[in-house]
Amino acid sequence: MARGFGRREFLIMGSVASGSVLLKACTPGSQDSGSTDGGSPSGDTIKVGILHSLSGTMAISEKSVVDAEKLAIKEINAAGGVLGKQIEAITEDGQSDWDKFSEKAKKLIEQDKVVTVFGCWTSASRKAVKPVFESKDHMLWYPVQYEGQECSKNIFYTGAAPNQQIEPSVDWLLEEYKGKPFFLVGSDYVFPRTANTIIKAQLEAKGGKHVGEEYIQLGSTDVTPVIAKIQAALPEGGVIYNSLNGDTNVAFFKQLQGKGLGPDKYPSMSVSIAEEEVKAIGVEYLKDHYAAWNYFQTVDSPESKKFVEAFKKEYGEDRVVNDPMEASYIMVYLWKQAVEEAGTADDLEKVRAAAIGQEFAAPNGPVKVAGNHHISKTVRIGKIGEDGLFEIVNSTDGPVEPIAWNQFVKDTKGYACDWSDPNKGEKYKI
Amino acid sequence: MLTSLLDGLFDGISIGSVLLLAALGLAIVFGLMGVINMAHGELMMIGAYTTFVVQNAFKSFGQPWFGAYIFVALICAFFVTALLGLILEKGVIRHLYGRPLETLLATWGVSLILRQFVRSVSWVMVLGLGVFCVLYFGAMAILSRRPNVEKIRGWARTVLIPLSAGIAWSAGNMLGQTYQLAATKPWFGAQNVDVTAPGWLRKGIKLGTYQLPYVRLFILVLTIVCILGMYLFLQRSAWGLRIRAVTQNRSMSACLGIPTERVDALTFALGSGLAGVAGCAVSLLGSVGPNTGQNYIVDTFMVVVVGGVGKLVGSIVAAMAIGIANYMIGADALSPLVSWFPQLAAVLQFFANASMAKVLVFALIVTFLQFRPAGIFPQKGRMVDA
Repeated sequence: MARGFGRREFLIMGSVASGSVLLKACTPGSQDSGSTDGGSPSGDTIKVGILHSLSGTMAISEKSVVDAEKLAIKEINAAGGVLGKQIEAITEDGQSDWDKFSEKAKKLIEQDKVVTVFGCWTSASRKAVKPVFESKDHMLWYPVQYEGQECSKNIFYTGAAPNQQIEPSVDWLLEEYKGKPFFLVGSDYVFPRTANTIIKAQLEAKGGKHVGEEYIQLGSTDVTPVIAKIQAALPEGGVIYNSLNGDTNVAFFKQLQGKGLGPDKYPSMSVSIAEEEVKAIGVEYLKDHYAAWNYFQTVDSPESKKFVEAFKKEYGEDRVVNDPMEASYIMVYLWKQAVEEAGTADDLEKVRAAAIGQEFAAPNGPVKVAGNHHISKTVRIGKIGEDGLFEIVNSTDGPVEPIAWNQFVKDTKGYACDWSDPNKGEKYKI
Repeated sequence: MLTSLLDGLFDGISIGSVLLLAALGLAIVFGLMGVINMAHGELMMIGAYTTFVVQNAFKSFGQPWFGAYIFVALICAFFVTALLGLILEKGVIRHLYGRPLETLLATWGVSLILRQFVRSVSWVMVLGLGVFCVLYFGAMAILSRRPNVEKIRGWARTVLIPLSAGIAWSAGNMLGQTYQLAATKPWFGAQNVDVTAPGWLRKGIKLGTYQLPYVRLFILVLTIVCILGMYLFLQRSAWGLRIRAVTQNRSMSACLGIPTERVDALTFALGSGLAGVAGCAVSLLGSVGPNTGQNYIVDTFMVVVVGGVGKLVGSIVAAMAIGIANYMIGADALSPLVSWFPQLAAVLQFFANASMAKVLVFALIVTFLQFRPAGIFPQKGRMVDA
């Protein structure tokens, strides 16, 4: 049955292969690594890097963040650019592979000579590129809420620190569901594990009770045993604190409902479910559960409306925006302001110094870059409504100051971070 | 106590039934034909996406009709994936029979292609592919009428492939520029999509404080129906007899006038169709995304290997055993039973979470295969020619 592989077939394969390469090269907007978008024809541009996963598991979330970053760059360019120059974005695909991330970060810095990089989503990818940015004394802007316990001179964190998302949400739950025990469910990697360490320390400090802790492999849908454990641990009902990521959420909420465990008996608080995820999981399964973020699409402010409108105009009416997208959108503007204040984009020392103290009227409310390279921002709790958007049930009065080193966990208690003072730096005793 | 035991048993069996449904198609293709189909998971994924499309179509019909969409989706998923399987068999696998390693690599490639296809499929892409197929295969069909077809086939291909690809690409590009986003936007995207179970499937039977979800019962019944259907087809129909004959001795069957090529195609299409049904079922439990099939492929291979190649009853037993073991270990249901032996209970508790349960189950499977390398029910007598 075997068929020969002759010269003819070889020729055909060759022409197909070269044809497809040609096609790929010519396709406009192809997301080949190293493609450049925006920017003016002359060399008179400021180059910035965008480093996210455009393929692999994380592409689901990171693609939308890239969209938001490109929108900000497009707006800035349309308004005249930075220091009179257009911004040229060089997009690299980290492929959801942490080694790839550090390789591509090196490439962006050394080969493309970008002045800053906007990128990363998972903590694992950030941890992989951190040594690169530190050894080259370069600059990364990181847009996603994370577990804290880190404070790099070379990274600006525009997502929430634990005290801007996890801690307030636990406080709120303790208040709202007084006396109910907590069950912690998370994906099995660094963020949920650190987050749960913080939550446990916080519950202990504030008199809450936790009755169980379960981790599920990223991407796994085997949630039945975990649900059985929740039922066994919380026979009278209780709060589920959910830091599951990705697909597992879908299986988890579908099967919770199938078992008749609704939000009336088991209200859940999620820290990784935003508008995009609600759309994917299905509102029917998530209705009346809670999530904690700094920004929801439903935030009622002129800045928020403008952002939503601009995004929908660019990418289609059916798209939604969420917290990481907002954080990635504003970080481009914060960088721009820092460059303008420093008067240069190339002298990173100056830009970093100028970045501290930058303020911006963000869609989530006024934000300000603190000395620890995180930003102060408003914290909100949202309840998932019929339309897949969040009804904001609780919001802090104003921006909350970021705390990088957690004050409930024993190892980091009493420490802080401050880059505005050269004597203090990464981790100093208060 | 009794209800919780019943609930646990039901959970275990229901995990097993999902595994079995997913493995059934694979068992037929791998067991009867000796083809290791790495794209089986992606066929499931296509079935799940078919369900999604059917569901969206039914949304416009309004409530009483919407509840019934799942039955239409099951049928559609079966036929769509069966057709895809047929194309796969005719286009790729047919050329690779008897070469398991090549089949493995080729089907793995197909699985990658299918995964990327659902991420990026858009009107532009469909139009481009359509134009290409019409041009290329149309031209080849016209050329094949010429008497000197064998002579010109080589250069015809060399010319026609780039030519039709070029035309298809420019047509797609033009469409993209005319209609902008509407035409270039992916149908599904990399984002997972939502399959909603119809209202009547979202509740369950109350058993005290526990509830047996209807979805799980539905899948259980579906699995039983599929197995019965498969059994009857293989044992009672003429084509089933032919399939069994080819499985046992291909060349002898061919000599006796059984069209072996058609039997192969049919068997593969059938296995693929079952993957589609499984995809439709799992879309009710989890998410529908490009990686949906990936979550099941390892488990399903495990079921086939443990059960014994070429035996449906082996797959049934293996799926139930693995499902129940997964549940019992993961949910920590075993350690109370061995409380008289605290060391063992401690070990079990150590493994009692979702990730570690997998490790223990895998270890048990490896150990089991040491003693019975051919699975629970090994083939007796003359073996499958693979």
